[in-house]
Amino acid sequence: MKVAIPLDENKIDVCAAFARAPFFLFWEDGKETVVTNPAAEAQSGAGTQAAQFLVDNAVSVLVTPRCGQNAADVFTAADIKIYKSEKVSAAENISKWQEEKLEKLTHFHAGFHGHA
Amino acid sequence: MKIACLSGKGGAGKTFVAVNLASAAGKSTYIDCDVEEPNGRLFWKPEDVKTTVVYKTQPVFDADKCNGCRQCVKSCRFHALIYIKEKPMLFPEVCHNCGLCEMVCPEGAVSEEKSGIGVLEIGRHKDVKVVSGILNLGEASGIPVIHEALHQAEGMTILDCPPGSACSVMESIMDADYCVLVAEPTAFGFHNFKMVYELVRLLKKKCGVVINKQTEGYQPLEEFCEEQGLSVLERIPYDQELAGHLAKNEIASEHFPEEMQRFRTILDKIGGAK
Repeated sequence: MKVAIPLDENKIDVCAAFARAPFFLFWEDGKETVVTNPAAEAQSGAGTQAAQFLVDNAVSVLVTPRCGQNAADVFTAADIKIYKSEKVSAAENISKWQEEKLEKLTHFHAGFHGHA
Repeated sequence: MKIACLSGKGGAGKTFVAVNLASAAGKSTYIDCDVEEPNGRLFWKPEDVKTTVVYKTQPVFDADKCNGCRQCVKSCRFHALIYIKEKPMLFPEVCHNCGLCEMVCPEGAVSEEKSGIGVLEIGRHKDVKVVSGILNLGEASGIPVIHEALHQAEGMTILDCPPGSACSVMESIMDADYCVLVAEPTAFGFHNFKMVYELVRLLKKKCGVVINKQTEGYQPLEEFCEEQGLSVLERIPYDQELAGHLAKNEIASEHFPEEMQRFRTILDKIGGAK
């Protein structure tokens, strides 16, 4: 099972933004990989583009502090589960998730659509 | 000739200037491109109003014909299409209706569907043809409505632009021959004024400035205009009596000969006077 977390520039902490996070951490059965988010600099449609990236990488679980409605719709359609991150570092959130202590993310923002 | 009035900041006086310019021009066309809040019609109270529906087109996908090749998803520059479970999924609010997905589909599985997103109201006030673009509530983009409204340009045309400096403003001034930048002499007004100035420069438009609601001069704005060699067409003083008439939706140049003269002079400076 592959888990994705949006990462900050320091590649350690969770990024406050999902679609425009510079990196993603992919965690799969203890193995960690940091990948560049191709949607980070997108002019528009960053949410859907970042979501597509996770779908194409066969991610099953996303842990993130927030997420836009469009991306959430993609994850619902692709059966990807979304959990709300609680801790600063990605590693701590992975542990929390493994202990099944993270809650499902249920509130999604409307997206900025060029009105950032 | 097409003259666009824009300001960046809302409430700077775009509609005030645009309505009075059209009124001073006599036989002219006024087009309200601020389709999210078209308020020029409150002043004009146009007669013989005819309403036509404006449509947008969006792609629809025939799941039986789709072979899952992903060409449409790959070619969408707006990332409005997502590939899930070997089929495309459309995000209508992200879609810019460009039609590329239909062009690239090798199976002919994509077609276009029309849906109403707003209306044009076309009426008359004396010699002025009054056009209002009106976007339906909840629609994400007013561009198709602005596009249709601009087709109504006829003779001397005054374009009342939306606030800001984003796509809707760009669409409104694309064909303009001259841009009147309505500036409010405040820090906020000046900040947004610089943004629209950057836009008109990028589009290489001729432009001039009308400073509205002037009390004492706002120095940074004055200095900026001088540095850039921007011509200040007029300084309209802040006037409580004028504001009172505005609040009653009255057209200033129809009530005060000196206001009529003011806007005729502006037209003259732009080169649009009869």
